[in-house]
Amino acid sequence: MLITCPYCGPRDVIEFTYQGDGNRERPQPASQNLDAWNAYVYDRLNPAGDHNEIWQHSGGCRAHLRVVRNTITHEILSTEFARGGHKSTDSRAEGRS
Amino acid sequence: MAEQHLPERQSPLEPDYHPGSHGNFEHGVDVILSETRPGSILQLAAWPGEESRLIEIIRKVTGLALPDGAGGGVSSGGSAAFGFAPGKFTVLDEAEGLAQAFADAMTPAIGTLTDLSHGRTTIRIAGPKAEWVMAKFFAIDFALPAFPLGAGRSTNHHDIFAQIQRTGADQFDIYVFRSFARSFWKALCYASEEVGYEVQ
Ligand SMILES: [Zn+2]
Repeated sequence: MLITCPYCGPRDVIEFTYQGDGNRERPQPASQNLDAWNAYVYDRLNPAGDHNEIWQHSGGCRAHLRVVRNTITHEILSTEFARGGHKSTDSRAEGRS
Repeated sequence: MAEQHLPERQSPLEPDYHPGSHGNFEHGVDVILSETRPGSILQLAAWPGEESRLIEIIRKVTGLALPDGAGGGVSSGGSAAFGFAPGKFTVLDEAEGLAQAFADAMTPAIGTLTDLSHGRTTIRIAGPKAEWVMAKFFAIDFALPAFPLGAGRSTNHHDIFAQIQRTGADQFDIYVFRSFARSFWKALCYASEEVGYEVQ
């Protein structure tokens, strides 16, 4: 499985660390909304198909990435920096993200 | 300055650093291994949006003009710089004291400066089989079009994190954590045996 890091280009999955489901929305730290916290901690879509995920390129540039992966085929459909407002700077990532 | 009072730096490779030809060198030496021992190794990181100001500071302090784009770098004489992560750069010089040279220009509004001169060991591999040996270690493309002259890459070998800069058509400088350097060096020597190697 290859993941194309927007900075480093295509790299083996061994260089990456899975950081969890990318669909979660973290409530404000002071939030008293137990339903929102319950959903954040426990609710998962667990789809058979395209899935939003957070990965870290821990064995490379260490950037956190927003990745769409197909859970059946393991195809990586898109990668981008998890931090907003950052565009891919690597031409090797073009057409993949 | 304080540098003059620092004791002479010892190489972590020393017990396993054996100058001369080794391995299968009867038909010639195809890679040369050496430790470059730069006096200064710095890590510079820009806050988001401050990248171009940092690149300008690097140019002013070192004279090195970093090319645009991910992993872009430049190597010239005794100094070098390359991007290794978004907004982050490794800058080195053969002389000590580069951190002091950056201290005034590198304000907290732009980013951070970390002096890694004593924290990293720099190993150089050069020769016609350098790409071949490197490809046994790291799962990245070492061909010149994919990894141009001066460019930098962040990757790892069995959890030993490594930054690599191409400093010649058939030459790479590898930056590893000092504490892992001897183990990495021994593995690199072992991997170079089949092509014949010389330690300089
Ligand atoms: Zn990366």
